[in-house]
Amino acid sequence: MSDTPAFRPQAQPGLMQRLFEPPAVGKMAPVTAVFVYVVLAVWTAFVVFPLYWVFITSFKLPQSVSQGPFYLPFVDFQPSLHAWNDLLVKDWEDTLRAFVNSVIIALGATALAVMFGSMAAYGLARIQYRPKFGSIMLFVVILLGGVVAAVMTGLDWKIVFAVAFALFVLLLRAVSRFFVRTLSNGDILFWMISQRILPAIVVIIPVYMMFQSMGLVDTHFGLILAYSVTNLPIVVWLMHDFFAGIPLELEESAQLDGASRLFIFWDIVLPLTRPGLAATTLLTMILCWNEYLLAVFLSTSRAQTMPILVAAMNAGDRGILWWTMCVVIVVMIVPVVLMAVLLQRFIAKGVLTGAVKG
Amino acid sequence: MSIDLQSVSTRPGGLSPVAVSRRDQFREWLDLHAGRLFIAPAVTLILLFSIFPTIASLVIAVSRVKLSGEGFRFRFVGLQNFTKLFAGNDQIHFLGRFNEMSVIGWVLIAATVGWCLRWLWRQWRAGFSFIGFVGRLITIFALIGLAVVLAGTALSGNAWGTLGTTMFYVIVGCTVQFGIGLGLAILCSQQIRGKNFFRVVFFIPMMITPLGVGYAFRMVADPTFGPFAPVWQWVGLGTFAWASDPWTARVFIIIGDSWQWIPFIFIVMLAALENVPRDYVEAAQVDGASGTQIFREIVWPAIIPVAATVMLIRAIEAFKIVDLPNIMTSGGPGIATESMTLQALFAWRSNDFGSSASVAYLLLFVTVVLCASFFNFVVLKHIRKDQGT
Repeated sequence: MSDTPAFRPQAQPGLMQRLFEPPAVGKMAPVTAVFVYVVLAVWTAFVVFPLYWVFITSFKLPQSVSQGPFYLPFVDFQPSLHAWNDLLVKDWEDTLRAFVNSVIIALGATALAVMFGSMAAYGLARIQYRPKFGSIMLFVVILLGGVVAAVMTGLDWKIVFAVAFALFVLLLRAVSRFFVRTLSNGDILFWMISQRILPAIVVIIPVYMMFQSMGLVDTHFGLILAYSVTNLPIVVWLMHDFFAGIPLELEESAQLDGASRLFIFWDIVLPLTRPGLAATTLLTMILCWNEYLLAVFLSTSRAQTMPILVAAMNAGDRGILWWTMCVVIVVMIVPVVLMAVLLQRFIAKGVLTGAVKG
Repeated sequence: MSIDLQSVSTRPGGLSPVAVSRRDQFREWLDLHAGRLFIAPAVTLILLFSIFPTIASLVIAVSRVKLSGEGFRFRFVGLQNFTKLFAGNDQIHFLGRFNEMSVIGWVLIAATVGWCLRWLWRQWRAGFSFIGFVGRLITIFALIGLAVVLAGTALSGNAWGTLGTTMFYVIVGCTVQFGIGLGLAILCSQQIRGKNFFRVVFFIPMMITPLGVGYAFRMVADPTFGPFAPVWQWVGLGTFAWASDPWTARVFIIIGDSWQWIPFIFIVMLAALENVPRDYVEAAQVDGASGTQIFREIVWPAIIPVAATVMLIRAIEAFKIVDLPNIMTSGGPGIATESMTLQALFAWRSNDFGSSASVAYLLLFVTVVLCASFFNFVVLKHIRKDQGT
């Protein structure tokens, strides 16, 4: 026991203690805080640096690239607009065409996917569907038979499909009498969302052949169709949660007033989900804008999109023209980064509700 | 107006023979079939461009396709395209080069088999269901197959094929990305300044075209004109090209992939962490629980359903990886970084539609089996547990 006077204030904590122990409940100790900020700063640098490098490379002359790394414009190297000049003034037709193609395709596919996707999502959230398991099996069997018959006999596609469709309609009643098990909305929803698992490479070869025979390869419409189907599952998944979150009473009262389903959907429900709709649209648009694999298959020159333009620069005999390529990448990235700022809160929320509900 | 009134009056009974205008008839028809109309366009699109091509792809996978003057000609060849991949010319390309099994290989196979047996035994004890049993058998079939391929090729010191590479991207990539993403989310969920700044900056890579990511990393990693060239020279690796060594090439692709996908995991996990009830955490803090204790006992159980879902989404996308290997290394050196999608793409380029479709189908099989297993046996379990308590 020491002879400390009773009135002496509480012993001052030592230096180590002050550094390593939190000053209050829920606060961080100084050492922890320094550690946290250092890690976050390092990660920020890791995220930003490649983008910075692409950005400054787009202002470099060929010799500033090939003579080893230069880091700071005006200090290390003299920035030049020659790559921008090449792309936006000299070859502006190619660039503009790819840009316009990308915009048209992204907008068209987004419109299609969001429209059809949200309609389906609303239907699944509000209306009971009872498709018969048997009729679905019948459909698949007839489809498979039709494809095999068309491929093996070399008959015209249109005839085969007309016959298959007629057969389906004829047999539908009979089959649905024997197999009475029905599927629920949850099954349909799962089926639609699970289409996202399907790797694009599986479907792209038949789609390519199909488009070839219909003359849709290298057209805007073909790409719009392909992109909208790949993004449909995401739209259905996200919009379903938004629709399910709207209070039922609103729709019920509208229904009592004699409003039709379509009217309710268009004039009451859609305006209510406007924020979610906007975010879904943005996300779909970005995915379409960035899409690469489908574009490789389905577009060659007329409907060439921005990613294909970038990849084409690689193919020349002069080696990779890094500076012009960086210009295109910057042009592709800037609009997307602006949207990303708007989107980040929403994505998390969407996945979160999806996860909790299963 | 008067027509409108009439139509309203006729609607309930539908008895009155009063002529209704065509427009109203149409409107009534619309309302009657509203349910179908809502869902029909989406179903049609999916049937036309996803279900039908999936079936057609199966047909292509069992035929040899010739490009003739006016179109494509198919010839049925049975499972030839598949046997070529598993036992024929393309075995090395797809599975890898098999070697005498090493000890580690045997250990891996034994461990996998043992784990599967234990898993089955547990299910037997918990109550047997036929569908569950069949599902488990399929999962086990895929797991043991993958273990044998991995043990026979990579773990016995030999080159692996596109199947192994794809699995490497999925397993290593997802693990690394989840670890770092969750770590960053935990740091960002502390009481720090500039939270919104970090949130936005960390999110940006996810939205950038994979093509741009590929080229950006190729430039940054270049040993002669990349920004780290002086460092490389200083370390003595000046002449070393990362793209010419299988392992560095794979690691670079994983780094690029992580740069792009960590944001996704980060942003979702951050939201999950912020959803954890604050009073629980505060109560534990007041009681003097340490940070690790709080994380293990309170936070982790609360976020695990979200974590499982995020990993599922990430894995689904990871199986499809194609842009980064294609751009950063074109699948090289040799086939060291070639994913299955890339193999199918190359086969398509050389007009070998049959092989392309069969590789694609095998990818579909692996993806569906592993993702469905993960969903059924991991994600659903955690979600159920979460809702049960």
